[in-house]
Amino acid sequence: MSDGREALLGRVKQALGRTPDEEVRARDRVRAWAAESRTAFVPARGQLVPEDRIGLFVEYARAVQTEVERVSGPAAIPGVVSRYLRRHNLPQKLVMAPDPALDEADWSSQPLLRITRGTADDSDQTGLTLATAGVAETGTVLIASGALRPTLLAYLPENCIVVLPTDRIVGGYEQAIGLHQEEIGELPRSLNFITGPSRTGDIAQKLELGAHGPRRLFVVLVDPEADGSGPGA
Amino acid sequence: MQATSLAFEEQAKIALANPALQDALGKIKTGWQANRTMAAAALPEFEALRDRGRAIKNHTLEHLDLYLEMFEEKVTAQGGHVHYARDAAEARQIVLDLCRTAEARSVTKSKSMVAEEIGINEYLEANGIERIETDLGEYIIQLRKERPSHLVGPAAHLTKDQVSDTFHEHHKTPRLEDPTALVGEARRVLRQKYFEADVGITGANFLVADTGSFVTVTNEGNAELTQGLPRTHVVITSIEKLVPTMDDAFTLLRLLARSATGQEFSSYTTVMTGPRRTDDLDGPENLHIVLVDNGRTKMLGTAFQEMLRCIRCGACMNHCPVYLAAGGHAYGWVYVGPMGSVLTPQFAGIENTRTLPNASTFCGKCEEVCPVRIPLPKLMRHWREVEFDRKLTPPTARYGLRVWGFFAQRPALYRLATRLAIGVLGLLGKKNGRLRRLPLAGGWTVSRDLPAPTGTTFMSAYKKSGARVS
Repeated sequence: MSDGREALLGRVKQALGRTPDEEVRARDRVRAWAAESRTAFVPARGQLVPEDRIGLFVEYARAVQTEVERVSGPAAIPGVVSRYLRRHNLPQKLVMAPDPALDEADWSSQPLLRITRGTADDSDQTGLTLATAGVAETGTVLIASGALRPTLLAYLPENCIVVLPTDRIVGGYEQAIGLHQEEIGELPRSLNFITGPSRTGDIAQKLELGAHGPRRLFVVLVDPEADGSGPGA
Repeated sequence: MQATSLAFEEQAKIALANPALQDALGKIKTGWQANRTMAAAALPEFEALRDRGRAIKNHTLEHLDLYLEMFEEKVTAQGGHVHYARDAAEARQIVLDLCRTAEARSVTKSKSMVAEEIGINEYLEANGIERIETDLGEYIIQLRKERPSHLVGPAAHLTKDQVSDTFHEHHKTPRLEDPTALVGEARRVLRQKYFEADVGITGANFLVADTGSFVTVTNEGNAELTQGLPRTHVVITSIEKLVPTMDDAFTLLRLLARSATGQEFSSYTTVMTGPRRTDDLDGPENLHIVLVDNGRTKMLGTAFQEMLRCIRCGACMNHCPVYLAAGGHAYGWVYVGPMGSVLTPQFAGIENTRTLPNASTFCGKCEEVCPVRIPLPKLMRHWREVEFDRKLTPPTARYGLRVWGFFAQRPALYRLATRLAIGVLGLLGKKNGRLRRLPLAGGWTVSRDLPAPTGTTFMSAYKKSGARVS
């Protein structure tokens, strides 16, 4: 509705009442702001050396009922996933993001595990996807949508499994977005910051998990495979 | 939507006599209020972030036209559509037209206070479109045909037993006692609705001007299913939700959850930019963002501009002695608590809401906890001035103020009168040291005694102490 547009913007301009000179200065201030706010107000909490960042991530994630397990190398992922499903009495069945990065794990090592690739529908009980980054500050995972990573995987099934390489754990949210931008260059349709499983306090303020989204969130931390020289590097 | 705020006093009386409501409100103190204190203490930068939050919002409001244009340009470039609504009626019409274009029979909706404000719920239903609230609290009150009583927890006024009764009645299922089972039942009922919906309506917590993105925050994950499954996503939001950059949005997001529920971060924070991309496997094909004014531009450039900083966290009500006693429904409109007492007169007219800026003890706690430091008591005082100037104040109060004003402007007379009053009151209460009843102040003495004055007036005590000092 273009008449609504003109009228609304007109009202704003009238209320702000700038002279032509002030208008020029206002535009300068807007330009300056965008440049200045790059030096973001990121709390010191997450700005740690890598191993401490991983520790902080795990601490905050567990505080909001995220299950976390750390493995060495992608080869260990299928075993951990299968054990997780067994532990929670879930069928050995997954819908998994079509991302080829997940093929690095040898899924045939778990012959009982039935895997479909794509986005989830209502019949899927467990979804598995890959995180773009982890945020140590609050134990949050960032999943960026795309052809290889459909968003509904993390919302429709009752159980959500997220694979997160430990070298992708950063301090703050801004750095997580930065990591995506560095690699992809443009914002995806959806950046999903997930901090624990779905919850509600809407019934008498009592915490209940699994309101609409997953009842359980399982993050598999994957250390890059050490080249036979032990952990670390 | 008609405000019933003028009946605040009667509504508050009913609320005070409602034990279920008092029980529900009591949980806010031990829950959200206590949690906020802990979360704020756990982040050393919290106070600095509040200053930054205020600065971000002030800067945006002072350049709102430029940021609106920037936002629209970016959204359009990504294939989304921006609509401008001057008032509630225009906003309702835009949303209805969008639903009709999408040939919608059923609409899912995640919590949006702006949607509530423009009265979209009744309007869609009146036009034959089924509307399903997906936020659990909103769903409960939709079944009960009630208004939200709290910004963050719309069903904060209900106990578990009341929810049990409501589900039992509407779902025609055996009555469940266990909250986990109740949540499970709502999940089952609502799941199907997500798939049936033709349009998903959400609000937005923040709009990011320089990327054309918008942000939703939920704990349930309902916003993502609401916008992620139907073909069309309609965002109902308002112009003051803009921030310049993504970094600014995250600064404010760090304040939002901590101030609202005391969480470090809400479970789901989602930043959306444009509609579904060509190779995406899910997401809405059509994206429409409806920017509502509805009186906000009238606040720009006035004392009330500060109120446009509000990020709708609910901390002010969680800490307000009046809200915690009277509950949200007593306020008689969409926005409640201290922020509602400032906003509602703007939206519904001070003549229909003059009780609200008076429903405050001015204890100042709301301002103390506001993440963007809105001087709520000062703004309520502004409304009281408007109320007095427009002669909306009841005659007895006006008369009382005039009498007080007469004395206050004549210091000698004022001192004489207070000396007299103190003498008389001291004499009357000499026996018990307190007064059980006072003429013209029955409301005050009905629940407590007034301690009888024993000394002298403040002014004479001050003079005496001053003499000693010099």
